[in-house]
This record gives sequence, C-alpha cells and structure tokens, in this order.
Amino acid sequence: MKEASPAKAYALHVGVIVLLFALSFVLPEYHHGLLARIMVLAVFAMGYNMLFGYVGLLSLGHAMFFSAGLYGAGLAVIHLGWSVPAAFAAGLACGALLALVIGLLALRTSGVAFMIVTMMFAQVFYLIILYLAAWTGGDQGLVVPQSARVLVLGSTSLGLTNPTVRYMSALVLFSIVLLMTLAVVRSRYGRVLVAIRENEERTKMLGYDTFSNKLAAVVVSGTICAASGAAYALLFGYVGSTFASVQYSILPLLWVLLGGAATTLGPLIGTLFMYYVVDITSGYTSAYLLIVGIALILLVLFFPKGILGTIRQRWLGWLP
Amino acid sequence: MHFGPHLLLAALEGLVTSAVLALTALGLSLVFGVMRVVNVAHGELFMLGAVLAWAISTAISGHPALGFLAALVLAPLIVGLIALVAERLVLRRLNYNPEATIVATIGMLYIIQQLALTFYGPEARPVEAPFSYRILLPWFGYSGYKLSIIAASALLLVATWFVLTRTKIGLVMRATQYDSETAQAFGIPVDRVYAGVFALGAMLAAVAAVLIVPISQAHYLMGQDPLLLSFIVVIIGGLGSLRGTVVAAVLIGLSDGIISVFFSPTLAKIIATLLVAMVLVFRPQGLFGTASR
Repeated sequence: MKEASPAKAYALHVGVIVLLFALSFVLPEYHHGLLARIMVLAVFAMGYNMLFGYVGLLSLGHAMFFSAGLYGAGLAVIHLGWSVPAAFAAGLACGALLALVIGLLALRTSGVAFMIVTMMFAQVFYLIILYLAAWTGGDQGLVVPQSARVLVLGSTSLGLTNPTVRYMSALVLFSIVLLMTLAVVRSRYGRVLVAIRENEERTKMLGYDTFSNKLAAVVVSGTICAASGAAYALLFGYVGSTFASVQYSILPLLWVLLGGAATTLGPLIGTLFMYYVVDITSGYTSAYLLIVGIALILLVLFFPKGILGTIRQRWLGWLP
Repeated sequence: MHFGPHLLLAALEGLVTSAVLALTALGLSLVFGVMRVVNVAHGELFMLGAVLAWAISTAISGHPALGFLAALVLAPLIVGLIALVAERLVLRRLNYNPEATIVATIGMLYIIQQLALTFYGPEARPVEAPFSYRILLPWFGYSGYKLSIIAASALLLVATWFVLTRTKIGLVMRATQYDSETAQAFGIPVDRVYAGVFALGAMLAAVAAVLIVPISQAHYLMGQDPLLLSFIVVIIGGLGSLRGTVVAAVLIGLSDGIISVFFSPTLAKIIATLLVAMVLVFRPQGLFGTASR
C-alpha cells in the first residue's frame, strides 16, 4: 500500500465534507432529512470500523455502545432535564465506561469466542433495557420532548428540530469523527493497531503491549458509537430498544463491509449505499431484511474488501 | 396447588424444554465441532422445521397422527436438503473461514426469516398433536404427548451417540474433527463429510421443532430463543462434546423451567446470558469440556 502525502489525504476528506455542506442547499427536503440521518449512522459505522477494520476484532455487540449513548443522552434529558450539551456528554461517558468494562472482559477471548461474547453482552444490555421498562419505556421506547431539544449557544438558541440545524449538527459531528479517524489511522498508534491485526504475536514480540492497545481501541470505538447514539437521540428525538437489538449490531458490520473495512470513507459510502438500497426497494417490497441478508452473503463471497477496498486495491493505492 | 406438585410440574415442563433443547444444541455442537463453523442460522432452520410441519400436516387430511408422522419424516429431510444447498453454494466457497461463515450465516438468518414471513405470514399456527392422551397424576393431569417428546428425544440422542462412537460413519466424522488434513491424506472425503454434518445438524434442529410444534405453535420468529439457548448449552457443555451438551441441556432446561415459574422470564434470561458470557470469558473450554488442543 502506497502512502499518501498528508496534504492529498486531508484534501480529499475536506473535499467530502465541503460536498456534504453544499448538498444541504440543493437537496430536496426528503433527501435532506435522509442524509442527516445517514451522517449520524455513518459515525456509528466509523466507530465500528475503528475496531473491525483496523484492529481486526469482529464484534457482534456494538448496538450496546450505540444504545448506551442513545439512552445515556435521551434519559438524561427526559428524566433529569439536562441541557443538550450535558446530555450529549452523558451519552459519551456512558459509552466510554461500558466499552471499558466490556473491553476488559471480552478481550480475554479472541476470534469466534470474542464474537459470541460481545453478542451475549449486547443481549444482556438489550434485556436490561426491556426489564427496566419503568425508566426506559421498554419496547415502546420514549420520545424526547421537542421543547428540551434546544441548543443554547450564548444568547442564541437553536432548535434541533429545525431541518437545517439538524443537518449541520450531524455534519459537524460527522466531520469531527472523520478527521479524527484519519488522524488516528495515520498516527503511530494507528500503525500499531494495524500491526496487531496483521500479526499479534509478532507485535507483542516487538515490545508492544497489545492488550492495552486493543483496550484503548475498544474504548475509542465504543465512544464514537455512543456519540452517534447520543446525537441520534437528541436530533431525531426517539429512544427505543430496537436500537439495542442484535440487528443494530449487524447493520454497522454490513455498512463497513460494503463500503470497505479499514478505509476512512468506506463507512460513509456503505451506509449511504445500503440506506438508499433499502429506501428504494421498500417502495416495491417490505422484505428489506431479505436484501440485507443477500447483501451480506454476496459481500463475503465476492467482495470481501468492499467498494472502497476494491477501488484502493485496483486503482487508487494511496486512499487512506 | 401446593409447593411440591408445583415444583414437579415445573420440573416436567423443564424436562420437555431440555429434550428439545438437547437435540437443537447437538446439531449446533456437531457443526461447530466437526467444521469449526458457528451457524447463526441454526435457529431459523429450527423455525423452518416447525413451519414445514404445519404446512405438511395441514396438507394431509385424515387422522392428525398421519399428518404429524409425515411431517416428522419430511420436514427434516427438506430442511436438510436446504442446508446442503446452502453449504455447497456459500460455506464451501468461503473455505469454512470461521469469521466469514458467521457473517454469511447471519445473511442466511435474515433470508430464511424474511421468506418465512412473506410466504407463511406473521400468524402463529398450531399443529394438532398425534394423540391427546392425558396421564392422570394424583395432583394434576399431564399431557402424554409431552412425555413422549422426552422419550423420542432420548431415543434420538442415543442413536446419535451410537452412530458417532460405534459406526464407520462416526469414525470418519471424528477423524475429520480431530485433524481434517490428515483425514484427507488417508482418503476421507472431508468435503463430503462437511456437507453431511451440516445437513445432519440442520435435520436435528428440524426434528426438535417438529416435536415441539404441537405444544408451542409455528411462528416465523420462533428461532430466536432456541438459537440463544443452544449457544448457551453448547458453551456450558463444552464445544463439540456430546455428553456435555446433553448434561448442559438438562441443566439449562430444568433451571429455565423452574426459574421462569417463580421469577420474571426476562430477569432469568439476563442472569443466564450474563453467566454464560462469563463462562466463555473465564473458562472458554466450557464447564465440562476438556482444554482445547
């Protein structure tokens, strides 16, 4: 893999962000709303990619980190009446703490056992949400009241229900996480993670503490996913147990596989593509899970590197 | 009802759960043991067995036992065939890579579930039991059919044990499990053994589903709980160990039956899942299994 000059890589990413900014002014209302949602969910996928793509740890339980952020932020607003920034921070803290605990336990295993253990912890988290229905609303979920979803900045207050504010907030979160991912991947730490993915024993032999590096990656990944969940609760105003179910652990895997694991822009492309495929096909059939299933099988069979991974391999070796 | 009879009833219900669970989990365990493939779609193959049992038994008129017997023979065969096709088309091409096969079987899970919803519908439908004899105990009457489930399951488990340990087929399977490359070098068609084991695992799930469907109805989401419980049983029992699987199934089935009589089922599930995750973290070879090579 050829190494891009930093300027080229950053130019590409800033270009993508500028494009998304410009799209805000030209897109029709329906697609405008859809793209805001896709950007928030792409953050979820980027968090997943951090662990799956770069460290090679396949988790089947990331829905718990997303919903830790979702419930952390949502419940802080609903039950405690916290302001939007405080609730967002609460969501992040919940995700980071949960990721630390889960990482300490689950990283004792590897391979298939890691997949099953993460799935089981996520299942426990999901069942706890159902069990505590008095606070979480159970499988009905809760609506975050519109009056509470107002971001106060100095003397101006921005209603997060306003489509433009919502789009721009999603874009800001997306841009921060995208540039942060790029910086991490190009850093020394990012290279250690890739080294662990390629050959953990050898990395250990070279004197790196692989366990604490992996643990840090789980925490970073979990926190990014929690940021996505917290933003989802605050921007779209709904908190529900569906987001903690197994399906929401599988979806980021699908998005990342489709877009290209271990590529910085792959998660966005995968999420965008899959969201529109489901959106378009749901016009003809309600069987969108069928599409998800077929896509998963075709991807692992024929395109294990995903869209951007294949492009990088064939044509653009410098893609980060 | 007093505490004693209540406990007996809970234990009987638990044994019925155990019987079905042991068969389902044995299928999952065989597939994992021999092929090193975690089949996430196993629960959906179970569901498919139940749905097919409904379809077959409603297609055949006459005495309910006739339709049930036809379902007991045909449904597992059809499910086995579907599994065989899936194995040839997908798993073999992935070279049985453990992580890729999990993703692929998740895909199968969604496909089977959605197809069942599309063609069978969201309703839960019953299948009539082949006979409705009730055994009268001093405290309550108990369904004779439920007791026959326990007997049928025990029979099938013994048969599987016999095939695995006392026949040429079992020897070939164990050789493949122990070291597939050496087995290949000795002329064992490893490829066909894998296909056979995958189909057999699916058929065990389907048989279990046909047995349970007269008392629990066929529904397109019914595969979720058996999948999770089978995982739990296989992990506690030690991956790929037949004896461990059966012991764990009885343990889990009984405690599930008894706990959910006295406590909230959600709380029971939380505790059980958490305990199993901890077993996997701190004792990955299972409670009864031997350390992996």
